Amino acid sequence: MNIYVLLKRTFDTEEKITIASGKINEDGAEFIINPYDEYAVEEAIQVRDAHGGEVTVISVGNEESEKQLRTALAMGADKAVLVNIEDEVEASDQYTTAKVIAQYLKDQEIDLIIAGNVAIDGGSGQVGPRVAELLEIPYVTTITKLEIEGTKATVVRDVEGDSEVIETCLPLLVTAQQGLNEPRYPSLPGIMKAKKKPLAELELDDLDLEEDDVAAKTNTIEIYLPPKKEAGKVLTGDLNDQVKELVTLLHTEAKVV
Amino acid sequence: MARKVLVLGEVRDGALRNVTFEALSAGKTIAEGGEVVGVLVGESVSALGQELIQHGASRVVVVEHAELAQYTSDGYSQALLAVIEEEKPEGLVLGHTALGKDLSPRIAGKLNSGLISDATAIEVAGGNIVFTRPIYSGKAFEKKIVTDGIIFATIRPNNIPALQKDESLSGEVHSLTVDIKNLRTMIKEVVRKASEGVDLSEAKVVIAGGRGVKSEEGFEPLKELATVLGGAVGASRGACDAEYCDYSLQIGQTGKVVTPDLYIACGISGAIQHLAGMSNSKVIVAINKDPEANIFKVADYGIVGDLFEVVPLLTEEFKKLKINA
Repeated sequence: MNIYVLLKRTFDTEEKITIASGKINEDGAEFIINPYDEYAVEEAIQVRDAHGGEVTVISVGNEESEKQLRTALAMGADKAVLVNIEDEVEASDQYTTAKVIAQYLKDQEIDLIIAGNVAIDGGSGQVGPRVAELLEIPYVTTITKLEIEGTKATVVRDVEGDSEVIETCLPLLVTAQQGLNEPRYPSLPGIMKAKKKPLAELELDDLDLEEDDVAAKTNTIEIYLPPKKEAGKVLTGDLNDQVKELVTLLHTEAKVV
Repeated sequence: MARKVLVLGEVRDGALRNVTFEALSAGKTIAEGGEVVGVLVGESVSALGQELIQHGASRVVVVEHAELAQYTSDGYSQALLAVIEEEKPEGLVLGHTALGKDLSPRIAGKLNSGLISDATAIEVAGGNIVFTRPIYSGKAFEKKIVTDGIIFATIRPNNIPALQKDESLSGEVHSLTVDIKNLRTMIKEVVRKASEGVDLSEAKVVIAGGRGVKSEEGFEPLKELATVLGGAVGASRGACDAEYCDYSLQIGQTGKVVTPDLYIACGISGAIQHLAGMSNSKVIVAINKDPEANIFKVADYGIVGDLFEVVPLLTEEFKKLKINA
């Protein structure tokens, strides 16, 4: 089975966010595999181990993403592809990323594509379904279970807390929701092996794309931090009085009840 | 510049979800004096058409088909794309709900368009429609515009105020026949867990419990308070991991993102992952035994105390308030 994983390098959310010259300040920040994409890598490895085949991890970004791809290889993926668009594409958005990935995948034999359901930095959740649409294959988002039998797939999808049991067929794209699995940590031998696994670096040219083909359709005009919250009011005194005061404050000051 | 904007209504249990009215309001802003056309997709939904008009649509297009009884991306995209083909809109708005998140990227992929997901505010500025959306789990915001093609966005529930309903309004509800076929995904079963009571992602009041709730029974006082306030019950990941409640209640980076008017955190320490799911709530109340708990840093009001003492007292006080109101 040919399994592809869409992976994004993201800012660790534990990091404090600051802004420098209109952009999120990345200096010295810790970067990780987008946590939802970690579920995707883990699931791909499990499907391969059960059904045979090969797991290829793809990322669109810059050369920095090599580190996260190596981590996925250390977890057990077989191959990695990095499409480096940094020098060629000035403005990118989800349209760009999906177009680049689909362009690469359309020439591959695909049985299964797994992505995270959302990236914790941009938070749009667009790339997975966009890629499926461009490849004209079915997709199911926010899945918590995946079973494959032949070319049939049974998927459990999380829908705002409810679960749908869905039957569909391969080739298929799914996006991972929390609860799908417990991603493994790379083992030491895994890390050693990963250094020798193939990691191909491509540019737009290699995919027969021009910058105009993938130019963003949206533009960020400003990034800002939320206004700093003033310290809240911690009530004091007799507990009964505190509760009465709180209800009065919510009613007359905050006017939310 | 006047635009024609389509707004997809979302129906749950036979009624329009609130986010639909908010999306109509967003559609009005984007239309800049142009026409807002409501779209309804389902098995039998045309009766809801007038309600869209009373909330801001000038007319409604309905696509009804037996295969549209349940949402599937194949079925709904065929229906919505057929309406887009006929209406040729310059704007399109959906709610950023499970349905909107699943469907909108596919439509954008098909239209080769941009898409601004999860907008929390919309304004007209400098000749552009400017969308505000949270990034980095709500720790920062960005303002975005569409630079090419249709202005397409999904909006986060509870953030963009709906227009006042005007029951004197009525308009045309037009039915479009679409051949819905080749559904590649089949829903075999739906296990409903989150559907009791008020919808968590749209609730105006959320009462959330953390590890401090200590047990499944510990959620009872929270449920009573939620009932009195017409709100929904939520939970931190800690409470879900400890099996005090179902994961369908989880609020946070890996759970639901909520922005109610009032969020009452009971026995929640306030891990950064939890804050990602609720820190943009309008008013936050923290109840925790530990005065050093992180949750107090984001709270507007705090009570240091045992939730099992405080919550029942609060319920009683709110009951009194409701009686006197």
